[in-house]
Amino acid sequence: MYDMKALYEAESVQDAIRLRLEHPEAQIIAGGSDVLVQMREGKRAGKELISIYMIDQMRGVSIDEEENIRIGSLTSFSHITRDPIIQKYINVLGEAVDQVGSPQIRNIGTIGGNTCNGVTSADSASTLHAWEAIVELTGINGVRRLPIKDFYIKAGTVDIRAEEGEIQTAILIPKASYENTFGHYIKYGMRNAMEIASLGCSVNVRLSPDKQTIERCRIAYGVAGPVPMRAPSAEAVANGSRLTQAMIDEFALAVLLDINPRNSWRASRDFRQHIAVEMARRALKESIERAGGVIE
Amino acid sequence: MQKVGKSEIRVDAYDKATGRTKYYEDRMPQEALYVRIKHAEKAHAIVKSVDCAEALAVPGVVKVLTCFDVPDIPFPTAGHPWSMDPGHQDVADRKLLNTHVRYWGDDVAVVIAEDEVAANRGVRALKVEYEELPFVLDVQKAMEPGAPQLHEAFPNNILKHTSSRLGDYAAAIQEEGLIKVEGWYDTPTVQHAHIENHGCFAYMENGRITVVSSTQIPHIIRRVVGQALGRPWADIQIIKPYIGGGFGNKQDALYEPLCAWCTTQVGGRPVRIDCAREETFVSNRVRHAIRFHIVSWLRKDGTFAARKVECFSNQGAYASHGHSIVAKAMGSFPQHYPCPNMECDAWTVYTNRPAAGAMRGYGMPQASFADESNIDECALAVGMDPVEFRKLNIMPQGFHDNFSGNTNYYDTYRECMAKGAEIIDYARKRKEYEHQTGNIRKGIGVATFWYNTAVYPISLETSSNRMQLNLDGTVTMQCGETEIGQGADTAYAQMTAEAVGLASYKDVHVVSCQDTDITPTGLGAYASRQTYVAGFSIRQTAGLLRDKILQYAREVTRQSVDCMDIIDGNIVRKADGMILMSLKELAMTAQYNSVHSEHITAESTYTIRNNAYSFGCTFAEVEVDLAMCKAQVTRIVNVHDCGKLINPALAEAQVHGGMSMAIGYGLSEQLIFDEKTGRPLNNNLLDYKLSTFMDHPRLECSFIENPEPTSPFGTKALGEPPACSGAPAIRNAILQATGVAINHNPINPHVLYAELRKAGLIHDTWLDEEGK
Amino acid sequence: MTQYKLVRCNINGKDVAKMVDVRASLTDMLRNDYRLTSVKKGCEVGECGACNVLIDGEAFNSCIYLAVWAEGKHIRTLEGLVGPNGELSDIQQAFIDETAIQCGFCTPGFIMTAVEILEAGKLYSDDELRKLLSGHLCRCTGYENIFRAVKKTMYRRLGKEIDF
Repeated sequence: MYDMKALYEAESVQDAIRLRLEHPEAQIIAGGSDVLVQMREGKRAGKELISIYMIDQMRGVSIDEEENIRIGSLTSFSHITRDPIIQKYINVLGEAVDQVGSPQIRNIGTIGGNTCNGVTSADSASTLHAWEAIVELTGINGVRRLPIKDFYIKAGTVDIRAEEGEIQTAILIPKASYENTFGHYIKYGMRNAMEIASLGCSVNVRLSPDKQTIERCRIAYGVAGPVPMRAPSAEAVANGSRLTQAMIDEFALAVLLDINPRNSWRASRDFRQHIAVEMARRALKESIERAGGVIE
Repeated sequence: MQKVGKSEIRVDAYDKATGRTKYYEDRMPQEALYVRIKHAEKAHAIVKSVDCAEALAVPGVVKVLTCFDVPDIPFPTAGHPWSMDPGHQDVADRKLLNTHVRYWGDDVAVVIAEDEVAANRGVRALKVEYEELPFVLDVQKAMEPGAPQLHEAFPNNILKHTSSRLGDYAAAIQEEGLIKVEGWYDTPTVQHAHIENHGCFAYMENGRITVVSSTQIPHIIRRVVGQALGRPWADIQIIKPYIGGGFGNKQDALYEPLCAWCTTQVGGRPVRIDCAREETFVSNRVRHAIRFHIVSWLRKDGTFAARKVECFSNQGAYASHGHSIVAKAMGSFPQHYPCPNMECDAWTVYTNRPAAGAMRGYGMPQASFADESNIDECALAVGMDPVEFRKLNIMPQGFHDNFSGNTNYYDTYRECMAKGAEIIDYARKRKEYEHQTGNIRKGIGVATFWYNTAVYPISLETSSNRMQLNLDGTVTMQCGETEIGQGADTAYAQMTAEAVGLASYKDVHVVSCQDTDITPTGLGAYASRQTYVAGFSIRQTAGLLRDKILQYAREVTRQSVDCMDIIDGNIVRKADGMILMSLKELAMTAQYNSVHSEHITAESTYTIRNNAYSFGCTFAEVEVDLAMCKAQVTRIVNVHDCGKLINPALAEAQVHGGMSMAIGYGLSEQLIFDEKTGRPLNNNLLDYKLSTFMDHPRLECSFIENPEPTSPFGTKALGEPPACSGAPAIRNAILQATGVAINHNPINPHVLYAELRKAGLIHDTWLDEEGK
Repeated sequence: MTQYKLVRCNINGKDVAKMVDVRASLTDMLRNDYRLTSVKKGCEVGECGACNVLIDGEAFNSCIYLAVWAEGKHIRTLEGLVGPNGELSDIQQAFIDETAIQCGFCTPGFIMTAVEILEAGKLYSDDELRKLLSGHLCRCTGYENIFRAVKKTMYRRLGKEIDF
């Protein structure tokens, strides 16, 4: 039995916006795998909840008229992994969210909930950063879109305007981002299932038509800082470079110029830096190979 | 037909496969009030006051009771049999709720409420004022002069110190040309993590208190509840339903005494205490973290001249099982690898960690980790293969221990190692994995363990049971040695069928749930004793039942008792094998005979004054990814000699579970505490790294079935042994793979990172530049 | 004032409706309102899998699923696998035959995930099977015999020879 003051159930996006405006103190609950756990811990005990879980219109993956991949915010991780559009264009996202928690958690957990928490360890977050996803928010003033890097403000805080009744309704991956692009995600954990990432690293590349050089490389981390982050110094090393092991090693070391992991009981800064470099090396190599490149 | 030695289906399998099995919470009275405990949020403090006003104002809260309200009766909690010798009784060092809180998670107050939410709100609304005291988490720091003191009666926090001496250590180490192999070995605080948390409910009936509890030891709990409440023990009734695992945590009085007291405070209404997982990790019991210091003096031929062992056992805040655990650990050293000159010392020391109690293996996983690590280094030091070194030094056949009276009747250790080595192809792989380069390194390692069955002669070892002949010729059997998931009831059914002479183990109804008002007194499930000790009383009671059956059969069949036998559920004339009558016919006749009616039953107690060695080994193969700081077990094999197997399939299943626990102990499990506050940091199943389905290779096991001469069924301990040698085998495999000797478990990525860097196997150039 | 809501759903093949406290988890509702006590509580935060049930064919930890979300859903618990005369399904029988049951506390959740796996009608590799079963913790079995029970049943259902 959860210690909640009241539960408001939204049946549509508009309904959710209305409820949000009516109950500004209320917490939005999507799948609940984080919110309910916090409520049980006492952190959110006695609060009101607005459940958006039953809004089926916010589920599913499609390609919209602008050729963006559109992922409804309530789409569960397991449905993302199994979706043919995801598998065809951005399989790495399906692979990343297939490493969240456990099969049951992947059935209840939603990509919207995962990102709205604003936590750096979310398995979807580094890949969404590396693919420059766009977050779609719907409120009383209509739809607002913003790049995912701007959506994350600080640890646990994202740019959602509660006063405008906003909820996150979709995540979009633009065509320019996914076209001819191949990636790889590595999750580092202390065991092989039911794990929260000690570090997550997502890399993707687009190779030149002759597959000799990297046209565009993007790398993002989870848990390398308070929010998920890109590593532009490393990307600069890779962009325009030939596919050599030396380049990969230089790329991997360059991530240290950007990331800023902290010391905590879960892992030391030194350890996280060490693993981050190794992950960058392995994820870039795998991405290149997936793109059809051969490392010299 | 033999009834034992067969892989019969568990007697409780159908109910468990259909979800019908009732655990304590499934028997809960709907009207039970919720008791929630306010746990200390200080590692060491004196409670000055508890402000209950806000909690009492929460709608639904019925009562708040604090550490200032409880009876002034310190009580012990260990699940040991009572001792008539006051000097041998367990240490009574806690009250139902404590004003002097000694660890983060200690019990300060309770809120009793009509529902869960109100109870939780009530607990959150309590305001506890503390006078903080300095605290200490490390076992050796707790022994230092000036360290924070936990219990007045135990200066320097030393609960107990014992030692043993063999030969003359000081003189022996003077021998010329000896090689010294010395190490400090550290084992972590871990928790049982049975999937059903501990919980119980209590109510009063006719002035007596009944507690239904998830426990391994109902009869012992009855006594402890009586002690804690200052009531006659017979005033208490404990009922033990099916339980979702125990592994030793539930071999302790957990919250039964508090629950029993709470019902007395609300007029005997039913009250429930359900531990949350977070409480299970901290406010129940944990495994003792033991630190070992071992000095081995070797001759060049690989024999020992002398050994010195010091053990420092971290007891945590309360005595619980106390010194028994490290005493057992220390006791293994002179027997496991006999050596003429030994100095052994063991200290059990209070610290401000959760109280440590019994856990599967009872000191042996710790001792095995330390001893088997040191042994591998000894082998390296004299250039011998680790298996050969062990063969040379390990307890030989015929070894006799005067204290326990145990004899090593067979060449068990060598037989187990030979079999394990063959299964895993040890010799070839050991050679193949020498001199590796590259990022992925493979290794293979071995470890053995020492164990003995049951608790004689340290404590009373007794078992009672009752058998009744039913009208259909089946037998109902009851005993106090509990089913906790391990399959004891099935073994009892098989042994009873065998001993009485029934057609099948299905003709035995084992009353699984113990009720101390009804069940013959037994001690419960611990020390891997159930099958061994129950075997004695089953054989004896079955003998009594058979006598009564045959006496009655004499009246009916006019054959002399000596001429008859009971075979496969029939009374048979021995000479010609003629079936005289079935047990069903006999039971009906006996019950409804208008001249001499008899309900045929038998009951007896057997005092066991034996003990039995139970040995085995683990071979493990690992793959280490140096750059990723990860070690993965790729193959693991356990071989055990636990005597004759009563049920091979269940035995194998027991071994699997122990191996899994050992893999966790070796690589991932550890309860960690904030050094600044003493707060536990990972007391949940996400952050405490129990092995998942994806963290194991296939678990392989095999047995050597040397019949145990002291046992009526040739059997001995198996429940705990499988958890003992896995971790050091993994550690030794990592040693071969990397050349790095890691002397503390779990060997998780953090540890590998530090150790591999120290050994120069990974290079973080940027850190070197920073001069770190 | 406690807030109640009528929750209509189908549980183990039967349409049912009850007024439910909105604060209840699905575990609470199944155990307390419907007495389906195969649904076990091991952690209440979705980390152990003991409370797992199938909702519209997918496995969910019912402890972190609000009871009100069950509205209109098809829910299956272990009780639903048993035939009217107590007949066992193949997967239950396999758990028994393979000695995959010890204390029995994780068993109901495990079997329900196995049902989802088996109903997919696919032949999974060993690694895939392990991953699909990884949302359940068990302290007794080391997972070994559970793995055998699920794998054997999968092969049997697909009419294939098993290769252990």
